[in-house]
Amino acid sequence: MSEKKLMKGNEAIAEAAIRGGCRYFFGYPITPQNEIPEYMSWRLYEVGGSFVQSESEVAAINMVYGAAGAGARAMTSSSSPGISLKQEGISYIAGAEIPCVIVNMVRSGPGLGGIQPCQGDYFQAVKGGGHGDYKMLVFAPSTVQEAVDIIYTAFDKAEKYRIPVMILGDGMLGQIMEAVTLPEMIDVTKLPKHSWAADGTGVGEKRRIINSLYIQPDVLEEMNKKLYARYAEMSANEVKVETYKCDDAEIVITAYGSVARIAKSSVDILREKGVKAGLVRPVTVYPFPSETYLALAKKDCVKKFVCAELSMGQMIEDVKLATNMLKPVEFYGRSGGNVMSPEDIVDFVLKEGK
Amino acid sequence: MEKIIIAGFGGQGVLSLGQFIAYAAMYENKAVTWLPSYGPEMRGGTANCSVVVDDVAVASPVIAVPDCLIAMNKPSLDKFVNSVRPGGLILVNSSLISDKVERTDVKVLYIDANKIAHSIGNDKAANIIVLGAYIKHSGLFDKEVMVKTIQKVFAAKPKVIPSNIAALEAGWALE
Repeated sequence: MSEKKLMKGNEAIAEAAIRGGCRYFFGYPITPQNEIPEYMSWRLYEVGGSFVQSESEVAAINMVYGAAGAGARAMTSSSSPGISLKQEGISYIAGAEIPCVIVNMVRSGPGLGGIQPCQGDYFQAVKGGGHGDYKMLVFAPSTVQEAVDIIYTAFDKAEKYRIPVMILGDGMLGQIMEAVTLPEMIDVTKLPKHSWAADGTGVGEKRRIINSLYIQPDVLEEMNKKLYARYAEMSANEVKVETYKCDDAEIVITAYGSVARIAKSSVDILREKGVKAGLVRPVTVYPFPSETYLALAKKDCVKKFVCAELSMGQMIEDVKLATNMLKPVEFYGRSGGNVMSPEDIVDFVLKEGK
Repeated sequence: MEKIIIAGFGGQGVLSLGQFIAYAAMYENKAVTWLPSYGPEMRGGTANCSVVVDDVAVASPVIAVPDCLIAMNKPSLDKFVNSVRPGGLILVNSSLISDKVERTDVKVLYIDANKIAHSIGNDKAANIIVLGAYIKHSGLFDKEVMVKTIQKVFAAKPKVIPSNIAALEAGWALE
């Protein structure tokens, strides 16, 4: 096991992606994720990969589409407005069943918004984001180490289901420094070849065509069903969730990503004050850990849920669906780039509890 | 757990001051988070970072009630002075801040950091002067831990190590 290093979230994510086999990165600058392309720009050359700063976000995602379509492990990163620009390409990639990895270090919006941490892209991430019926596998890491561990295997997941995998972070995760243990560099020469990849091999076999155009409704419907069968398989296999002090919890706080670690401190403060609080933290926000929420909602001791987000309220819709509204779900959010403290959530819980 | 907010002008080395604490914590096998303010600010703008050091994994990196405030300029002191917990520690860079802290429920150290840095021949090391005073008065790390940290962090720039260790010693010597 390698020595611990103090790394910024963005840099650690870039290094771990490379160690997980990423050899092609296409991006366009935007705060607060610029350390990812900056790191990739020198590091990829050390490992025989390629980095391109494209002329736009639209170009970057289509470069990912091309490289990944040829079977390469390719990724891009951006922040909210840039991810919006990439949505058309992401939809094409989903439609063409191409695996790739996309990092979104979310900033505040709408529009150009601001550059401070936010979680306003939750809907965009978990509902697909671009046009048409598709989903991504969406991870919301809470710490730098978790982000490292997730992105290290993100290409394996993307290739298993032939889907885009998104890492949904925020400005805080990108900018924070923590001690991390980096995983070993995988041997990319030993990665399996893909039967679908348009890489110039398979001469004399059936032509490999990367395409998302299906003019015949019946053909496209079959394609839609095929994709959704794969999403169902992904939902059965890939759901990840952490629960904290939920065994006897009366107040279940729920949050994802950076906010979840803030909320974890809130739980500890509330416990010190004699309030039986717990935390549910989805690690995958799509597929959503609905069963965990429903099981908690059915427990007699659970009085209510409090959903904390850096938005005007987005994940709360999934929480309400997952709990079947068996218990009240209250919302505490900050937006615009403001970040709550653990004490803010505690104050909300104590005030609303009266 | 130790929660520290370090704030000042961009260019005063407040972010790197926080990073030295974070590196030292990591070398001591403690858990640590270093969360910077970020944005379009450049030299002369405001900058701050929040550092949390703990024996177990750090949950919130966001600090509402710090144990310690290091204020390198007046706007930073004004912004954070009332957030420090009772019984906490405030380090004031008296080179740039002439005000006295009115609170009586906290320990306050006034450090003429820029002047001391100048007197030891390293004008850029005011932040390390304050770092030396901080680790002594907080008891967070032994001096030797921070000396080793400076040596490791500056391993690629050995020329700057002696002057930074001299700054640390000067800060440590302050009562």
